[in-house]
Amino acid sequence: MFLKDYIKDVYGAVSSLLKGMRMTGYYFTHHKEIITEQYPDNRETLKIADRFRGEVVLLHDENNEHACTGCSACEIACPNGTIKIINKFDISPEGKKKKAIDTFVYHLELCTMCNLCIEACPTDAIKMAQTFEHSVYDRSKLTKKLNNEGSKLREGIE
Amino acid sequence: MLSLENITRIIHEWLNSHFNPAIALDTEFVLVGVASITLFALLGLSLVWMERKVAAVMQIRLGPNRVGPKGIFQTTADTLKLLMKEGLVPDGADKFLFNLAPFIVMIVAMLILAPIAFAKNFQIWDINIGVLYLSAISSLSVIGILMAGWASNSKYSLLGAMRSGAQIVSYELSAGLSVLSIVVLTGSLSIKDIILSQQNGWWIFKAHIPALISFIIFIIAVTAETNRAPFDMAEAESELTAGFHTEYSGMRFALFFLAEYINIFIVCAIGATLFFGGWMPLHIGSWQAFNHIMDYIPSSIWFLGKTIGLIFLIMWFRWTFPRLRIDQLLNLEWKYLLPISMFNLLLTSLVAIMGWYF
Repeated sequence: MFLKDYIKDVYGAVSSLLKGMRMTGYYFTHHKEIITEQYPDNRETLKIADRFRGEVVLLHDENNEHACTGCSACEIACPNGTIKIINKFDISPEGKKKKAIDTFVYHLELCTMCNLCIEACPTDAIKMAQTFEHSVYDRSKLTKKLNNEGSKLREGIE
Repeated sequence: MLSLENITRIIHEWLNSHFNPAIALDTEFVLVGVASITLFALLGLSLVWMERKVAAVMQIRLGPNRVGPKGIFQTTADTLKLLMKEGLVPDGADKFLFNLAPFIVMIVAMLILAPIAFAKNFQIWDINIGVLYLSAISSLSVIGILMAGWASNSKYSLLGAMRSGAQIVSYELSAGLSVLSIVVLTGSLSIKDIILSQQNGWWIFKAHIPALISFIIFIIAVTAETNRAPFDMAEAESELTAGFHTEYSGMRFALFFLAEYINIFIVCAIGATLFFGGWMPLHIGSWQAFNHIMDYIPSSIWFLGKTIGLIFLIMWFRWTFPRLRIDQLLNLEWKYLLPISMFNLLLTSLVAIMGWYF
């Protein structure tokens, strides 16, 4: 019985080691698997992983309209106060007051790319962009206003 | 035909015809020394580059590719950097031993070079106890490592050195036993005789199962003896910073680094000599035509090819397997490798006596 276990041990060890060597051997012979990006050289053809999170952006369509209702769900969801939504009230032709965003303030220097704001957004107005060249000479440049000048809420989004 | 054998003969004859034999012999000593130091430097540079490239591709990376084509001058640049760095000696260190240790490790590596046959009739020293000499000298390197660990007066160095001591002393046994099985088959301790006995086929094919088992044990044991991953407990970056050479910097560190790669080359050369016929071309029994074609490839190419193949195998191990814990390491040796290699030695003896090999 002891001898059987002993041989089984040796066999199991050898076969699992060979399995590992087959994996690395496969990578050694298949150079197309190499995932290194030679970054500054291949800036134009750079391929970034789909789930990479670079910064939060507010999506605008061609009519300069966005989907942000100013509900502040992202601001509440943010764990370290990266987002600040400043609201204003538009007065519609019928004389009704309507809430809209005045400024969507985003502090890139505070953001940890945790993705909680994107998940909290009820209208999918914001998303994570894949840009990553964020270095600037002045810290104040990292505080961004996400909504474009003169943009407004898209029709039909409540 | 230009071969290493002819070059040495021409030099030898020229020296003897122009000077008296004593001066000629001394000149040859110096030439051999210079040649082996040059070989060491070239080996160090090329093997480090090879290691980095192999590691990179196995980990789906590119590896060094900036200095020179495919990064082949990367290691030269690194060595130049190390040459210019200051070699610090810690205050609490034993200065004499601390400075001596890297040289001991290097000298041991150089000594093992003596009986290795690099090509047909191209050997520094053909002694009739070549294999015994090899196994005796190769265990000396642990003294250099222990010396470095003790003299550094640092906890990491000492722990690394102690581990290395335990490891080399244990694995020396199974390495020796697996080498013995080839000695049993050949009936000679001389490297030259061992190679010549593989005229009609390499031992790993001729002596089938026992040779295969002893080759596997040999390659595991020498990986451990050279302190390479998965047995790199003496260095163990993640546990002991750099193990026995934590306190070393500059050229002294480079010597340790170089010695590691020289040792890999040497143990692979020994493995190639014992199991794959050294410089002997691939011969299959009595296939005369095939054997003649194989003889056209120079013997030095055969030797280097086999050695680099084995070096690649050891690098493959390093970049695949996780590091063993010290108790697992000793378990592997004393509970598995040693009994198996003892049993294998018996089996080999049986095969040799009954003539069950080709």
